[in-house]
Amino acid sequence: MRAQARVRRNLVTVVTAVGAAALLLAGCAQDPAEKPDAGAQDGGKGKTTLTVGVFGAFGLKEAGLYDEYMAQNPGIRIEQTSIERNENYYPQLLTHLGTGSGLADIQAVEVNNIAEITATQADKLVDLGKAPGVDKAAYLPWKWAQGTASAAKGGATVGLGTDIGPQGICYRKDLFEAAGLPTDRAAVGALWAGDWNKYLEAGRAYKAKAGDGKAFVDSASGVMAAVTGSSAQRFYDEQGKVVYKTNPAVHGAFDLAASFATDGLSAKLQQFTPGWDQGFANGSFATVSCPAWMLGYIQDKAGPAGKDKWDVAQAPKPSNWGGSFLIVPKAGKHAEEAAKLAAWLTAPAQQAKLFEKRGSFPSASAAYKLPAVSGAQHAYFGGAPIGEIFAKAAEGVPVTVVGPKDLVIAQNLADIGMLQVDQKGRSPQEGWEAAVKAIDNALDQ
Amino acid sequence: MTDETAVLSPSAVGPHRPAAEGGGRGRPGQVWRSRRYRWDLRFSPYAFVAPFFLFFAAFGLFPLLYTGWAALHQVELTDPDSMTWVGLRNFTRLWDDEFFWNALRNTFTIGLLSTVPQLAIALGLAHLLNYKLRGSAFFRVALLTPYATSVAAATLVFVLLFGRDYGMVNWVLSTVGFGAVDWQNGTFASQLAVSTIVIWRWTGYNALIYLAAMQAVPGELYESAALDGASRWQQFRHVTVPSLRPTIFFTCVVSTIGATQLFGEPLLFNGGSGATGGSDHQFQTLGLYLYEQGWVNLHLGRASAIAWAMFLILLLIAGAARLLRGRKDSR
Repeated sequence: MRAQARVRRNLVTVVTAVGAAALLLAGCAQDPAEKPDAGAQDGGKGKTTLTVGVFGAFGLKEAGLYDEYMAQNPGIRIEQTSIERNENYYPQLLTHLGTGSGLADIQAVEVNNIAEITATQADKLVDLGKAPGVDKAAYLPWKWAQGTASAAKGGATVGLGTDIGPQGICYRKDLFEAAGLPTDRAAVGALWAGDWNKYLEAGRAYKAKAGDGKAFVDSASGVMAAVTGSSAQRFYDEQGKVVYKTNPAVHGAFDLAASFATDGLSAKLQQFTPGWDQGFANGSFATVSCPAWMLGYIQDKAGPAGKDKWDVAQAPKPSNWGGSFLIVPKAGKHAEEAAKLAAWLTAPAQQAKLFEKRGSFPSASAAYKLPAVSGAQHAYFGGAPIGEIFAKAAEGVPVTVVGPKDLVIAQNLADIGMLQVDQKGRSPQEGWEAAVKAIDNALDQ
Repeated sequence: MTDETAVLSPSAVGPHRPAAEGGGRGRPGQVWRSRRYRWDLRFSPYAFVAPFFLFFAAFGLFPLLYTGWAALHQVELTDPDSMTWVGLRNFTRLWDDEFFWNALRNTFTIGLLSTVPQLAIALGLAHLLNYKLRGSAFFRVALLTPYATSVAAATLVFVLLFGRDYGMVNWVLSTVGFGAVDWQNGTFASQLAVSTIVIWRWTGYNALIYLAAMQAVPGELYESAALDGASRWQQFRHVTVPSLRPTIFFTCVVSTIGATQLFGEPLLFNGGSGATGGSDHQFQTLGLYLYEQGWVNLHLGRASAIAWAMFLILLLIAGAARLLRGRKDSR
């Protein structure tokens, strides 16, 4: 009897164990990102649930745009999933697009990845250019062009622009004054208007007065990003060929930025590292080329002590750094509703709200006339008319040729090439060669 | 291997069998019952270990084999479904890939820089903890806390400590009269800094393993050594260390595997630029290079080949260790 009982118990244990294992396996096999979709058919009370996948603190939710849309459309519920860093978000987006599963109804894409998306994934995405409520004329032409696939790939506009990153030059008034440079933002802008070389000259003048140990810029790679961001052709030509090696605009930007390092004008920091943050707090450098989205970052890092010391002036040439797009995968269950939402989220009025609440500069030029943008001032930066300054920059940015591997090329030029010159004291030639070697290795399939 | 099969084989539970069969002969119900009992004894151990092997097959074996398959193809993350057969090209190109050799060299030096001091310190700490001392439980827990810290948290703090301009390490160095060191950019300096994080996290873990092994050393050995007039140090050298040899071997194996896979620390030590391991790739390990190829450059085939190369390197090291040990045992 005892033996029998034990047999039964053992069998029960075995069955339970195997069953539990099978359940666990089945549970794991399903992608967790699909979860919000599970209740999508009827979000509880006959509602359609739309999911939005973003990276970082994207701002759409924080600016209250989802709540507003849900209030206007009682049949819609919006859920957002966020992955902190784009470098983790983007590969996952690619695998999900590849398998057609685990996708949110709307996905965000960073500007450096958009060319790869339009070139390789356009057939998997909804043509948002034809979505109801989308007005091509409302967008900056270069931003619209970036989200549009080439004619050879069907010519669909698969990405709607959200924000952009027109650049200004943020500078420290107190340090400029001590070095005998003008402090008024119009006069400062005039110092280097029209030519990045004049920015270098201003740096030399600054150093001559301020003395050794006083840096003019935060990093040489920051300058390089700003200079390359102001030229129409960068790493690829119109035919999609990689031309960065021979393009004088790129090599010129590299050499110009390297001069900041070799002349001792750079604080030799790497952007977005703790040392850079401390540099803001300690006033280690007098200027930094700042896209609109960086103002909030500077305010955070420089803290209350930096208030009324920082100001922002027009950059030598209109230049763009960063920005994002929204795409709608065809594989989503509610592609039509999602396209409507994407169109609404990127419409000029909503972009203006995003700018007002979060400081993300609109990519819809129609928004620049709205008072939320045209009248915007930044209290921390001495009440600078940022709407005016950045709108002027945005409208001057050339239609940039973007290529699928822009991010990899830009990253290696900055983090290998320029960083070796800036931080390791290598010659510009050595830095350039090291970057080329790394890029060749990265582009080689 | 042989030990495992002995445990799993039905013969190991043989002695019970006659008792079950003995009483049940002849009556059909009892025959069935005893047969079920026999099956239970024979098969249920397999069912008990099955969950692990199911998991292993799904999350260990399949990815391993699929990675091997992908390594023979050109695959891009932008379109993982289209694979072009390239044979061994992904492997042969590693021979000419200076970044691969650089990463291998870095992995090796960082591995040495972290493993050797780590195990030595752990052994010393374990020896100190093995004394009778007040609040030993507190010290043991304290030893383990770094291990319980997340790699990310620990590394981010170390990045601040090793900062060039405002880091505490440089502040201390300059107050004692040494110059400030650029921890991120120097080849040796950066590797040492990364090793420090590894040492900080894993020393306590190894110390506890050593301590457990030390407490299993018979007290008589120490008593007789003490009677022979051996000092504490001599006891440590001639009693403790020899008794701990299998444990030391174990920790060496585990640390070697850990060092080969080193990833989180160098990734996060490099603040902004991610997988490059410094502007000169000065602390890019194999794990980082694999990540860079697969998830930054999106070349899955090449990344898979690096993964398999890492696996083969570990097998080589294991083979070498086995040879070494075999020779030692036969002596």
